[in-house]
Amino acid sequence: MSSLRLRQLWRSFGRSHLALVGAAIFSATLFVAVCAPLLAPQMPYDLAGLNLLDARLPPGSDWSGEPARTYLLGTDEQGRDMLSAIMYGLRISLLVGFSSALIALAIGSVLGLVAGYAGGRVDTVIMRLADIQLSFPAILIAMILLAISGQGVGKIIIALVAVQWAYYARTMRGAALVERKKEYVEAARLQGLSHGRIVLRHLLPNCIPPLLVVAALQVASAVALEATLSFLGLGLPITEPSLGLLIANGYQHMLSGRYWISVFPGMALMLLIVSINLVADQLRDILNPRLLEH
Amino acid sequence: MSLLVFVGVFAIGSPIDVLVSPEADEAERERVSRTLGLDQPLWTQYGRFVVHAVQGDLGSSFVHNVPAIGLIFERLPATLELACVAMAMAVVLGIPLGLWAGLYPKSRSSKAIMAGSIVGFSLPTFWVGMMMIMLLSVQWGLLPSNGRGETVTVAGVPLSVLTVDGWRHLLIPALNLALFKLSLVIRLTRAGAREALLQDYVKFARAKGLRPSRVIGVHVLKNILIPIVTVVGMEFGSVVAFAVVTESVFSWPGIGKLLIESINLLDRPVVIAYLLIVVTMFVAINLLVDLVYSVLDPRVRLSESAT
Repeated sequence: MSSLRLRQLWRSFGRSHLALVGAAIFSATLFVAVCAPLLAPQMPYDLAGLNLLDARLPPGSDWSGEPARTYLLGTDEQGRDMLSAIMYGLRISLLVGFSSALIALAIGSVLGLVAGYAGGRVDTVIMRLADIQLSFPAILIAMILLAISGQGVGKIIIALVAVQWAYYARTMRGAALVERKKEYVEAARLQGLSHGRIVLRHLLPNCIPPLLVVAALQVASAVALEATLSFLGLGLPITEPSLGLLIANGYQHMLSGRYWISVFPGMALMLLIVSINLVADQLRDILNPRLLEH
Repeated sequence: MSLLVFVGVFAIGSPIDVLVSPEADEAERERVSRTLGLDQPLWTQYGRFVVHAVQGDLGSSFVHNVPAIGLIFERLPATLELACVAMAMAVVLGIPLGLWAGLYPKSRSSKAIMAGSIVGFSLPTFWVGMMMIMLLSVQWGLLPSNGRGETVTVAGVPLSVLTVDGWRHLLIPALNLALFKLSLVIRLTRAGAREALLQDYVKFARAKGLRPSRVIGVHVLKNILIPIVTVVGMEFGSVVAFAVVTESVFSWPGIGKLLIESINLLDRPVVIAYLLIVVTMFVAINLLVDLVYSVLDPRVRLSESAT
């Protein structure tokens, strides 16, 4: 896309204050997640570094070991510093969310482009598969896949990809169908360019805007779905706690007043998802063709 | 579908290991294995399953030792009740709010509604549920935090919507479940209203001098209702599936909770029975939605009669 178009997009994006707030929050969480090893006061996966005596301390308590530090957000039942656990949890949530969205985007877009460009039987087969996947609720498919395959980061990513690919396929197919009729495609074909080249270099760049919106929304939904699955006990293993698992573990302590074990991870998760959705929402508004015409 | 799950559940571990106490000796294991039919090769087990399934018998639960179908149907009314009330809340609250936001898009209240809807579908359901329990049950002590209320049996089906105590238990879980769909309905209605207002028939109706409330209440509403109805229908299946989370948080005795327990206990017949019943329900719902859509949308009928 040309730099003028990018500047126009940026300006219309900036018109919504909410979206800017969302983008700021999201960048902040991204920064925290990426730099977690540098920023976190304690490595929560290192079981040797945990002190069971420090378990279930409220926010602001002091570290019982050396050197003297404070647990800014308290500790959980295993003595993990909540702040570090949240940072690493954000890291995992973002990792799972982004990688599953990217892989689903790659697979779904290829399938969608091929379906839209080739048409005919290929189109029907691919779209039937997508319809079957879309007619089932995502959480059901993910639950069954995880129940069969067990826990682990890779398996969650596969389950999330299986749940998401159809959205990308549908979007790309729609865009491909529209673009296929335009003159530049005919011109390219008359020039004798191979189908592959036409699809990759000519069709694909013009089908990107709706894809951006879907991708943004899917990242948020992937993060939320992963948290839900972890909460139910089907997601990531206990050794690499994601935010959902932290919340689940803290649930039993809520009623006894130790709110910090659940509330802080929950707030972090909420900030992450809300910020992504705010950005995605504004993207969708500015890229919506039907409203753009008026 | 059933073959996939059958093989899959078998693959994650032999149910024998979970069910039989570790102290039991080899003879005991053999006995349990033979009773449950798990000593046969996998294909034989699947064959027997299919034969029984066609006759309506989906096997007995490994854990509870009662027919799996019976277990599911026993818990189904609870889940369906929760899902229906949640969906009803989403629609009854969502359509007016969405309509308002669509009619006056620049107003402060509309922007607040839209921001609220984004937050509504971003918040993870289980966290909202926990927060609600904390606030409404623990801090303020207004409503009970878990379980289902008293039920009244109607035509053999125990329903708790008919008792006041039932509603006290139903309110928070249903609201929690409804939140996501509420946001969806608000956004749909708003988008539909905004598009419909730009159409010619609205200008014509206004030019004819009809009261604004009639223009909106009758003409606009009827036209935007069609996509809303279809989405609501399709999302109902999703609500039933998502009830799993709400049921876990609120200890609501429905099929979702049963499913999670069965997955963790490797109770294969129950998992398969759940899947089969839920899949059948989805297919039926989708079919119904298609039929309703073709009845509601005159364009579909007209194009069919023209050919």
